[in-house]
Amino acid sequence: MHVTMTVNGEEVERDIEPRVLLVHFLRENLGLTGTHWGCDTSNCGTCVVQLDGQPVKSCTVLAAMADGHAVRTVEGLDAGGTLDPVQQGFMVEHGLQCGFCTPGMMLTARALLDENPNPTETEIREAISGQICRCTGYATIVRAIQWAAEHPAEAVEKVAQS
Amino acid sequence: MTIVDEPRTGSEHGRHHDHNPAADDAARPVGFGRLQRKEDPRFIRGQGNYVDDIVLPGMLHGAILRAPVAHARIVSIDTSEALARPGVRAVITGKDLEPLNLAWIPTLSYDVQSVLVTDKVRFQGQEVAFVIADDRYAARDALESIEVDYEMLPPMIDARRALDPDAPLVRDEMEGRTDNFINDWECGDKAATDAVFANADVVVRQEIVYPRVHPAPMETCGAVADFNPVSGDLTLYETSQAPHAHRTVIAMVAGLPEHKIHIISPDIGGGFGNKVGIYPGYVLAIVGSIVTGKPVKWMEDRSENLMSTSFARDYIMQGEIAATKDGRLLGLRADVLADLGAFNGTAQPTKYPAGFFNLFPGSYTWEAVHGKVTSVYTNKAPGGVAYACSFRVTEASYFVERMIDRLAIELDMDPAELRLKNFIATEQFPYDNKAGFEYDSGQYEMTMRHAMQLAGYEDLRREQAEKRARGELMGIGISFFTEGVGAGPRKHMDILGLGMADGAELRIHPTGKAVVRISVQSQGQAHETTFAQIVSEEIGIPPEDIEVVHGDTDRTPFGLGTYGSRSTPVSGGAVALVTRKVRDKARLIAAAMLETRPEDLEWEKGRWFVKGDPTAGKTIQEIALAAHGTMELPEGVDGNLDAEVTYDPPNLTFSYGAYFCVTDIDKGTGKVTVRRFVAVDDCGTRINPMVIEGQVHGGLTDGVGMALMEIIEFDSDGNCLGGTFMDYLIPTAMEVPDWETGFTVTPSPHHPIGAKGIGESATVGSPAAIVNSVIDALRPLGVTAIDMPCTPSRVWDAMQGRPTAPV
Amino acid sequence: MQIPAPFDYARATSVDDAIALLTRYGEDAHIVAGGHSLLPMMRLRLARPEWLIDINELTELDYVRRDGDRLRVGALTRHRTLLESAEVGSLFPIVVDAERVVADPVVRNRGTIGGSLCQADPAEDLSTVCTVLGAEAVIRGADGDRVIGMDEFHVGPYETAVAFNEVLVEVRFPIRLRSSSAYEKVERRVGDWAVAAAGAAVTLADDGALDDVAIGVTAVGLSERVADAEDLLRGNRPTDDLIAEAGRRTAAAVDPMTDQRGSEAYKRHLAGELTQRVLRSAIARATRGDENDGQGQEA
Repeated sequence: MHVTMTVNGEEVERDIEPRVLLVHFLRENLGLTGTHWGCDTSNCGTCVVQLDGQPVKSCTVLAAMADGHAVRTVEGLDAGGTLDPVQQGFMVEHGLQCGFCTPGMMLTARALLDENPNPTETEIREAISGQICRCTGYATIVRAIQWAAEHPAEAVEKVAQS
Repeated sequence: MTIVDEPRTGSEHGRHHDHNPAADDAARPVGFGRLQRKEDPRFIRGQGNYVDDIVLPGMLHGAILRAPVAHARIVSIDTSEALARPGVRAVITGKDLEPLNLAWIPTLSYDVQSVLVTDKVRFQGQEVAFVIADDRYAARDALESIEVDYEMLPPMIDARRALDPDAPLVRDEMEGRTDNFINDWECGDKAATDAVFANADVVVRQEIVYPRVHPAPMETCGAVADFNPVSGDLTLYETSQAPHAHRTVIAMVAGLPEHKIHIISPDIGGGFGNKVGIYPGYVLAIVGSIVTGKPVKWMEDRSENLMSTSFARDYIMQGEIAATKDGRLLGLRADVLADLGAFNGTAQPTKYPAGFFNLFPGSYTWEAVHGKVTSVYTNKAPGGVAYACSFRVTEASYFVERMIDRLAIELDMDPAELRLKNFIATEQFPYDNKAGFEYDSGQYEMTMRHAMQLAGYEDLRREQAEKRARGELMGIGISFFTEGVGAGPRKHMDILGLGMADGAELRIHPTGKAVVRISVQSQGQAHETTFAQIVSEEIGIPPEDIEVVHGDTDRTPFGLGTYGSRSTPVSGGAVALVTRKVRDKARLIAAAMLETRPEDLEWEKGRWFVKGDPTAGKTIQEIALAAHGTMELPEGVDGNLDAEVTYDPPNLTFSYGAYFCVTDIDKGTGKVTVRRFVAVDDCGTRINPMVIEGQVHGGLTDGVGMALMEIIEFDSDGNCLGGTFMDYLIPTAMEVPDWETGFTVTPSPHHPIGAKGIGESATVGSPAAIVNSVIDALRPLGVTAIDMPCTPSRVWDAMQGRPTAPV
Repeated sequence: MQIPAPFDYARATSVDDAIALLTRYGEDAHIVAGGHSLLPMMRLRLARPEWLIDINELTELDYVRRDGDRLRVGALTRHRTLLESAEVGSLFPIVVDAERVVADPVVRNRGTIGGSLCQADPAEDLSTVCTVLGAEAVIRGADGDRVIGMDEFHVGPYETAVAFNEVLVEVRFPIRLRSSSAYEKVERRVGDWAVAAAGAAVTLADDGALDDVAIGVTAVGLSERVADAEDLLRGNRPTDDLIAEAGRRTAAAVDPMTDQRGSEAYKRHLAGELTQRVLRSAIARATRGDENDGQGQEA
């Protein structure tokens, strides 16, 4: 079947089998490998992307179901080279270690802050409670999201790359 | 040297704006200190390069057919239908591997394990056949077409029955084998310990089970094998924590010349010991590539990861502790039954078949100790050493910290006081722990008191008393752990004969930038930052001017890899020494440039200058350019600012910590809430406090996981009940508190920069603090013990006076 | 990473179109809405429909609408919508209590009330909620709509009264004065199925006695309401003793199984314990609502 969707603001179309999962469509058909996968049972949330602005587990959405909709992946977080405050916050506050769960965490964080610009710590923890991190222990992820909330306009990319 | 810092809690830190190095260059340390990570820019853009991201031209995909049963003879395997399916290029079975001598490969413990079953299945999930197809969907579909006829055999599941005379035999293929016994190991002094127990005022016994758990990194294991039939080169992209060790072993096993094997571990999505072993899937990808002449990718799914790759723990421990009435420790006995699964695939130094369980005396002085571990085969997946265990130190530490609290209950003594009374004193270091290990340094009482102060221990006990009066269940649990990490020296520690010493190479380019090549492999531990910081500290080049190269066997020196927290102790030592070598060479060149003698020069970070005349100096950058220039170099100095070193550490380093956990238990449901966790760690010299804190947070979360929810269980037929993340539960952000951390600094006297390992400390130390806290909460109900995981149901059973062992 | 067996896919353009497609493709076709029950089963190849009929575009089934003395909820209403709906929270706090513990926030963006009810997992929280609230299911077929109660809707584990070529379109909740409700669940971890859970709804009389009461439990082998416990309370003032006895009767009425989530004895205990808690909570909420305006509750 033929699917057409908007991914990170650009329209894409491909011919695929109906059973292709959105996560595979993104990674293999579109070569956007920033979205990862970590389990078989929709539990870990490593694969989270945004579908029409809402975080979803892309391993549990068919590419066919995203036809006609808008998908945002980690590759679409920055605005033409300018890092999103969430991305900045994760770097500043050490909100990542191995980086595998990070794209999903950041997209959920972005969606949260878009609706709730000043979340409490509890609200942040609840928002990411569908996603597992094995490295960080979550506190620095919470701090990263708080940093992004406190620096909404600070999306300046430091060219020096630390 | 002692430094005691104020703790930083998450909420405090989140409100401070003083930790944004990106905004303020002056705040970026040249050397040790909080430094934002150099590897982050690619990860936050989704540009990490993990094994499943790798796509090579013509690449095929492999999938493994796994046995659905735990113990069964293979009667027949029919692959004809699978081979006929569209897109399928090859189907390999054990019969195909036999002539290549690859049906069985050695494990890291001198046992053998099956790559594809030839005779019988020995655990549920074992590899039976390998399909190679054009894409992963076709490979997966083809698995269903393979027909296997199994003849069921009674499974050997209960480790406690593994040595019964009528126990089903797991390893019947081993000639002369009549039972499931693997080995016995002991340490300490049995006679002296027996004597101590015979004369002791107080003796307490306790069974303590450390159930089977799994490291479960978010990225599963996998490889892309690319064999070039013309040149004979094999390039293997692999999720490996030890690329060099893998290369050597694969060369030995597959009969491929080592110089033709190139292993690249790109970015790895978490290791935790899961990615140390050589799994059948890697071998099958290699064979697949050789057979098809194309690159072959194999990525396991999560159930394969949980069911077949290296599990951790599974120690059933009988403890006995002897003491005086007033709480002086006399003797400790540990008698352990270790369930290793169907093959001995434990990954620890050869001379230590029970890893470093020798750490079981913990942080205390004893008159005598004796430890014994008996290992057995069962029809379960192989493994045992994984999940940040520091080679069984998780087991040892959990054991002794549970026993100490058990004794405190018996003596009706405060568990903090009992520990303080029996700590190894600072002046007693280096300390022989009576079980074969010499601890390098520690200031236990200081660290303990710092943690008690941060936790507000006395206030907590007051609060607990008030709550108890109201019938509420609140617990305070303590764990004071000592671990030994950084394996080496090579004469004592090897894996398959490869001595555990690691190399480092440093090159300073003519324009003063540097590249350091290391043998260890990060799976998230920030090596690209911290190793640059070690070089930076020693030579004064800023970290952003230092590239750290790791993970590629062609581009890095030999070493045994990252596990057992050995990166900082071993590779960090190597890097410090290689930088000093370069710095010493720079001194000779600087002296020539300044027309003076080397002994007349003094060092300040970044340059050599003439003693007494600071204006007369040369920066490292200037020296580097001169080294490659036209000047006449001193005798014996060649024209570069490069060096290499292989560092053979003289001993392990012994990190330690004091952990306090506060839990509240819902009396009506048994649900445990971890309200607070205070962790004070001492890992000696601290390279990057931000990274250290992250390592500690991650390990504490492991502790909550194991203490409250993680377990791989089996039913009596040998079905693995923890094969998905629906049943193998890992904590989310809701199950853990905002961590409260602090630190003390007691350098390692033998380490080049005084640093000790930290990667596994919190995983080692935290489970006991949490479980002790649960027991403490339940004391008013007469509970003296409970085993992990403390799920609501198991807690409630304990509350009713009916605690059950998890295995 | 597990993937489903091959299937064909069609996107329904209307409910009638969905019904037509289901009729055409027969029992080998299956509706997919949120997909977080069905797709995981398909990935593990425990379910292998030959046709998937995607109804996610039928936004006309996504609504929460008060209609006189009923709250009408479209079957495609997402869990998140119900969780965040002030109207639902004020009329039926049990729904919000339950939605808070259904799966996790990301799954709740996709999963629907219709999907949950039709999946009919024995541990499904919303099944208990609908039973306790006396909800009705509106099922549409080729011949039009039929409305049935939860008893008739739930046939057995993973089995409902919705025929292969019918579509659940709406769930209706009767609104009653002086009423409130509550749900409480014990899980090993966020996102896990219940070890056990209980829900209760109460209607108060003028004098504080219980005009009506409904009690339901989850994951303990009882899909009907706990009539024994209800009968004890109905018409009486809810004293501590009575509530405790209601708990005991619930514990006696359930039939849980020992599994990795918990022992049979523990689940039985939980059924009783949680029943007491939700009764107390529902009564407190109903009382507060009564004090506030007598018209229905404040949230």
